[in-house]
Amino acid sequence: MTHFRLLILFFLTLPTLAHATLNIFACEPEWGALATELGGEAITVYTATTAFQDPHHIEARPSLIAQMRRAQLAVCTGAELEIGWLPVLLRQSGNAAIQPGQPGYFEATRFVTMREKPAMLDRSQGDVHPGGNPHIQTDPRNIARVAQALAARMAEIDPGHAALYKERLNAFNTRWTAAMARWQTQALPLKGMSIAVQHQAFPYLEDWLGLKQVAVLEPKPGVEPSISHLAEIAAQLKTTPAKMVIRAAYQSPRPAQWLSEHASIPVVVVPFTVGGSARAKDLFGLYDDTIDQLLKTAP
Amino acid sequence: MLRPTLLVAALAVAFPAYADADLDALRAEIKQMKTDYETRIQSLETRLQSAERQADTAGKPAAEDAAIASTTSSPSAFNPEISLILQGDYAHQRDLPERRITGFLPNGKPAGTTRGFSVNESELVIAANIDPYFRGNLIATVNDGQIGVEEAWFQTLSLSNGLTVKGGRFRSSLGYQNEQHPHAWDFATQNLMYQALFGEAYSQDGLQLKWVAPTDLFTELGAEVGRGANFPGTDRNKNGFGSYTLFGHVGGDIGDSHSWRSGLSYLSTRAAERSGTLSDFAGVPVETHYSGDSKTWVADLVWKWAPLGNATVNNFKFASELFRRTEDGSLLCSDLLAANPSSCGGGVTGAYRTVQYGGYAQGVYQFMPRWRAGYRYDRLSPGTREFGANNANLPRPNYDPTRHSLMVDYSPSEFTRFRVQYSKDRAMQGQDENQWFVQYIYSLGAHGAHSF
Repeated sequence: MTHFRLLILFFLTLPTLAHATLNIFACEPEWGALATELGGEAITVYTATTAFQDPHHIEARPSLIAQMRRAQLAVCTGAELEIGWLPVLLRQSGNAAIQPGQPGYFEATRFVTMREKPAMLDRSQGDVHPGGNPHIQTDPRNIARVAQALAARMAEIDPGHAALYKERLNAFNTRWTAAMARWQTQALPLKGMSIAVQHQAFPYLEDWLGLKQVAVLEPKPGVEPSISHLAEIAAQLKTTPAKMVIRAAYQSPRPAQWLSEHASIPVVVVPFTVGGSARAKDLFGLYDDTIDQLLKTAP
Repeated sequence: MLRPTLLVAALAVAFPAYADADLDALRAEIKQMKTDYETRIQSLETRLQSAERQADTAGKPAAEDAAIASTTSSPSAFNPEISLILQGDYAHQRDLPERRITGFLPNGKPAGTTRGFSVNESELVIAANIDPYFRGNLIATVNDGQIGVEEAWFQTLSLSNGLTVKGGRFRSSLGYQNEQHPHAWDFATQNLMYQALFGEAYSQDGLQLKWVAPTDLFTELGAEVGRGANFPGTDRNKNGFGSYTLFGHVGGDIGDSHSWRSGLSYLSTRAAERSGTLSDFAGVPVETHYSGDSKTWVADLVWKWAPLGNATVNNFKFASELFRRTEDGSLLCSDLLAANPSSCGGGVTGAYRTVQYGGYAQGVYQFMPRWRAGYRYDRLSPGTREFGANNANLPRPNYDPTRHSLMVDYSPSEFTRFRVQYSKDRAMQGQDENQWFVQYIYSLGAHGAHSF
């Protein structure tokens, strides 16, 4: 026992590593990319997931606990998107700064208007989120809103760099506003276009671009569609046709592929978040590529 | 505006008599205009400022205000998270009067499952953050006529520097499988190693201190002290603590697709007259009472694979644990039934020194969405045993208990699981048994997050 106590004491008295930069734990790549836009060299970002992983289902891996332990700010989507894994990381990290309710815990969905808040909460409805549809990053206007709040939060936690964050936010806003105007002009031909989606992941994108969703492949959110269900959708598309079926990069290719073959409509794989395609290297590339993919396939 | 002013000025020069009155009026007019403009500019400035302020706090606006407006005060919103596990099975097993792991002292719990249909323990979990400083958790099992408190603990939320303190009744963080409750097992039955070591898992009333190192490589060190009332220890009615545990885990990722965790744990406890039953050389049942030290080392390794870290379609999990247990003390052997005298007679006390080993290895593969298949191999080694005076009374069979298990499970959603398992059980010498299990597991209520 004595040896163990000494060991603990030794580790506790180890000089704490001097944090020259603000340590940010980003749950999803879009928030990691946004933090990088706002923080530049003043921050270190660890992104917990990639564009090829399903953010609903992530293993609470030891590596994530180790990163969470050192984070000064956790930037996550919220709205229960990460409920299957984030709570474990928070509790096991032994880090008081990033617990819910602390300034170090940032939920992006708190700063945008949520869509599709379920009127009835019941698991028979599938994987529903009481707070609304959490996939807010498909609308760049939401990114702009979150950017304001995130820059303010970063300044609150790291006041030494407050001026820098503000300056970078302004620069980002200027570029973002210009880019949004460009995307909206480019996407004009998409307005009113009918689409089918694999997962109910695109209400914000549809709202932004004026797309009309006529079918969802998953029978209930998060439930893999069966062949018979897909066949029903193919039949339904005969009366209400869709121009394309959209899926996110991380989703299984099979359902969309099956529908594409049986309903003769093209599949569009959108990057969904930063890193989801070769071009989606940052937030700008994410929307550049999303719009291009949609335009390329639109008739 | 300028022209009339000039005109007036010119007139004033020309007709000095009228000039004064006119000039005064003009001055008043200009002054009026100036104040007008100033007020307008001021009001514009305030509007601009407030707009800027709004832009600064643009974060909060829509959502938070809306959220505050929409969530009317509802006392039930603060109810704890409640979840319920419903679990039951159909077991096809041989009818044995008792099940023992040959070469190991019994742990006091009936091994094996009831034959035929049965509901296993239903598990009720109630948990919530108590305040900014603590979280509380209760796991109760409901069975016929009894409610068991599996875990009832608090955990700190506000200690920093990677420290967490847990107190109450909790499952020890030793090894890997120990903290998992039956609904989280990959097989219908617990592995032989944990059955031999703890009955099912080691839990105790006490305190745990855990520290996560500030390193990229996940490093966790912890210590527990507790009452130590559970097997392999016994309740000894004393002050201070009856057992302690030390554990360390390291873990990390290899690329996007692989992750792992490995650890070493040590449990030290004592037993006083821990009772069990064995048989003498003639097969007559005897009662045993062990008093002495019990020290257990556990090494564990878990490795998980999922293509690019996306476990939805395919994934693989490998887990293995090994143990070494030394017990050093004395064993009292006596007749179990007076009517059935054994070679121990009224009681023989002898030394009891054992060093025993064992472990398991298992792999579970999700071969398509919702479907998994797994195999587990269990093997124990009775190791070296020295019974002193009882060497003459108690046999020390040189037999390695083993078990092979194969399972397939299907989970239509993450809240439902059905499982079929086949086991070739050779845990008891002379028994070579085929066992079948069909099992259901349902999770109702709050969405529990699962550990690695």
